[in-house]
This record gives sequence, C-alpha cells and structure tokens, in this order.
Amino acid sequence: MSLTEVNVTINGKSYSEWVEPRMLLSDFIRETCGLTGTHVGCEHGVCGACTINMDGLAVRSCLIFAVQADNCEITTVEGLACSGELTALQKNFIECHGLQCGFCTAGILMSITDFLEKNPQPSVKEIKETLSGHLCRCTGYEGIVKAVEKTVQDNNKEVLQRS
Amino acid sequence: MKPAKFDYYRPKDVSEALSLLESSGFDGKIIAGGQSLVPIMNMRLATPQCLIDINSLHDLNFIDSDDQTLKIGTMTRQNTVETSELVKSQCGLVTEAVAHIGHLQTRNRGTIGGSIVHADPSAELPLVLMALNGTLHISSEEETRTVKAEDFFLTFLTTDMMPNEMLTEIHLPIWKGRVGSSFQEVARRHGDFALVAAACQLELDAHDKISDIRLALGGVEAIPLLIEDAKELLAGEKITDQAVQKIAELVGSSVEPESDLHASATYRTQLAKVLTARVLYQAYERAKG
Ligand SMILES: Cc1cc2nc3c(=O)[nH]c(=O)nc-3n(C[C@@H](O)[C@H](O)[C@H](O)COP(=O)(O)OP(=O)(O)OC[C@H]3O[C@@H](n4cnc5c(N)ncnc54)[C@H](O)[C@@H]3O)c2cc1C
Ligand code: FES
Ligand code: FES
Repeated sequence: MSLTEVNVTINGKSYSEWVEPRMLLSDFIRETCGLTGTHVGCEHGVCGACTINMDGLAVRSCLIFAVQADNCEITTVEGLACSGELTALQKNFIECHGLQCGFCTAGILMSITDFLEKNPQPSVKEIKETLSGHLCRCTGYEGIVKAVEKTVQDNNKEVLQRS
Repeated sequence: MKPAKFDYYRPKDVSEALSLLESSGFDGKIIAGGQSLVPIMNMRLATPQCLIDINSLHDLNFIDSDDQTLKIGTMTRQNTVETSELVKSQCGLVTEAVAHIGHLQTRNRGTIGGSIVHADPSAELPLVLMALNGTLHISSEEETRTVKAEDFFLTFLTTDMMPNEMLTEIHLPIWKGRVGSSFQEVARRHGDFALVAAACQLELDAHDKISDIRLALGGVEAIPLLIEDAKELLAGEKITDQAVQKIAELVGSSVEPESDLHASATYRTQLAKVLTARVLYQAYERAKG
C-alpha cells in the first residue's frame, strides 16, 4: 500500500494530504502542515511534549498515525490564542515562570487546557497527577503548578464577578 | 519515519475486521488505543506488515450490565471506564485500578481490551481481571468462544489468543451483598508501571466473617498471581492482625519475583507482603461499611 488520503481540521483549517500510513501524527502536524509548535521528544509516549487535542481529548500525537486522524478535529498550541490574545493559562505561565526553554510547554498547555475544561476546580494533587504525564527538565515544576493554580483562582474570580 | 512500513486497514464492522485478520495471518496486527503497540513500533521492536485499526468499530465501545454481569466492549477507552458511574457502582475495583494506568493523556486513548491483550505482568487491568476471574469473549471468522481469566494469561505478554482472533467483550461478575474491594500499588512515579500491585475483593456474612474472597498480585510473576489459598485460610474468619499476618507470610513464601533495573526480588517480595496486608484491611473495612 502506498499513500492514503487524510482529511483533517487543525485549528479550524482543513488539510487534505496523501501520506504513508506509518507517518506519525506528530510528524504530520510538524512537517506536512508546518505547525512546529507541537514538539517531539521521546516518540514513545512518555515525555508528553507532543500532546495535542483531538476530538476534545488531550492525547499523544506520537502514538497516533496520521491516517487515524482522518475526519478528526485537532487543536495544537497554535490554536489556543484567539486573534493574538493569549489564554489566561498561557499568560499565567509567563507570569509564574512556568517555562524556561519551552520545550515541554506546548504539550503541558494542551493537557491542562483539556483538564481545566473538565475539572475547573482541581485540587493541587489532581493538578500534579495530570502533570505527571509531562517531563520538564528545566523548571522543577513549581512554576507550572503555580501557573495552573493561579488560572483556577482567576477563573473563580471571574465567575464571582459575573454573578 | 520511525516505524517500519505497513499496510493500513480500517474495517467498518467486526466481520470485516475478522476477515482481514484471517487473510493477513501472522503478518496482521490489531491496533486499538496504540498506547503500547505504537511505542514498540516506533522502536521497531514490532514490525507488523499489516495494521488493522479497530477504532471505527463503535459496537465494541460500550459499558452495560445485567443483574449478574458487568459487560465492557474491548474498544472502550480507559478514561471512559474510569469515569463510568455504572462501573463504579457494580465493580468499584475496576474504577480504582484504572486510575493507576499511565496518565490522563494515555487513558484518553488506551482501551480496556488493549491492556488485557497486551498482558504486561505489572498491568492493572489483567490483575483485576484475574482477581475477579472475569470472562473474555473472543471471535475469529470460524468461531466465537469465551475464556476465563484464569486460563487466559500464559506468560509475559502472551495470552491464549491466536493471531486470527479478536477480543470483543470483557465480562466481570457483579458481587452482591456486603462486598468490599481494594486495589493498591507501589510505583516509582505516579503513572509508571507498578513494581508490585495487589487487588482484593471479599464478601462478609452478617457476623462480619468472610464468606468469599479473591486475592491476586501483579508484578511478581510473568502473569497475575491468584493467591488460591486465601479463600481456604480466611473463609469463616474475621480479618484480624493474625489472619493478615498469616496470609502475608504465605504470599512472601509463595512469590518468586525477578530482580530488574526497577526493583530487586527481595524488595518486590517485601512489597507483595505489605500490599497484601493493605488490601485485606481496606477491603474488609469497606465491606463492613
Ligand atoms: C507513558 C505510558 C505509561 C503507561 N503506563 C501504564 C501503566 O501504568 N499500566 C498499564 O497497564 N499500562 C500502561 N501503559 C500502557 C497502556 O496505556 C495501554 O493503553 C495498554 O497497555 C494497551 O491498550 P491500547 O488500547 O493502547 O492497545 P494497543 O497498543 O493498540 O494494543 C496492544 C496490543 O493488544 C492487541 N490488541 C488490542 N486490542 C485487541 C483486540 N480487541 N483483540 C485482539 N488484540 C488486540 C494489539 O494487537 C497489540 O498487540 C502506559 C503507556 C504509556 C505510553
Ligand atoms: S514525543 Fe510524544 S510523548 Fe514524548
Ligand atoms: S521548560 Fe524546558 S523542559 Fe520544561
């Protein structure tokens, strides 16, 4: 079998490409679509750098073949900000020193965005459990946990103000 | 590109999947969640010629129950099982165990059936399946058959299934009455495979005495180990420090774990004893309510 067609929507834009079945979704996103915000570290599911959102779930793009994403909706880190405006979580990563080199950041943002949508009031333990799926060699995680906690607090304030 | 070349098929129903499996013989491999298969393909430890993707078989993605049995389709994602109220109320041991599998991001994709067929000696779901002696429904083009967990696991990463067969459903017995269960594991980091894990389910009579018990350990042998003598030693007894001590000693003398990079055999044996005690106490307390 040579090439297979993939039709996929990434950050609201449709892509229609012919790929080898063995092409990983992470490589498809980076190399075929040119969206290099998604990073690739271990390519066996451990580091979390390649995490994206596919059909509403945070998943490892290095453990999915591009052909499997046919007819799926994908969001990558490039799709988080809305007309250039960073999300509250992204801003808090900057403010709380949640990143240094930034290699792990895209994956963590994708996981935490999904996590906070489903669990808007997480405990610190739950935040740490979710982060256990990501390796960061720089920060020591403190700043990352703070950035997530601050986002939860900011969201709470916003809800209070609205009510 | 990391994996070796393969042909890719996405069957639309079970019968098409089975006929593809039949025609590809030893060259064919099913891909479910891909969370174990793709890493080993990326490392080229597996080089299947033909990948049969069962992600479109929506009929195999369900959770259902009748009076006696909890039924889970093989393609049900681990995360769906973890958050299912039905699973929690009918078979809480599964809910407790699934939360230990990898990470949120791998559970979003990994399936219940994939974990069972992969049969890692430290994996949580094979252990729970053994602890509850669940039943596996397996199909090939020629026949449909069922196998009990006690007969399913053969050795490391090896089960009773043939290359032309597919797991379709997992059935777990629902225990009624004063039932308590507990799942405990020790891993180096949250989300890692367990060094040792223990699972226990027991039932009490009106006098807090054990009327039925199943106890099993993971990570100590090539397949999940059922402690068969637990029932004989504990039936009609209450859980006391002495009783727990006796079972822990029995476990300590009957397991023969291997030493590896993650833990020595001595440490694994010690963990097996400690975790046995913990699950016995906790399951008992939960059953008493
Ligand atoms: C970082 C990381 C951490 C992990 N930690 C744990 C852990 O702590 N505990 C744990 O148990 N697992 C762990 N896993 C593995 C777990 O996530 C996998 O989901 C599971 O082992 C396999 O399920 P799957 O659906 O992904 O199957 P796949 O990877 O798609 O398949 C696994 C095997 O099962 C076969 N198969 C799948 N479905 C069927 C079927 N219906 N019929 C016949 N054959 C079938 C495939 O051919 C393949 O051989 C981890 C994985 C990663 C990447
Ligand atoms: S690159 Fe996918 S998890 Fe590391
Ligand atoms: S910021 Fe460098 S790896 Fe996390």
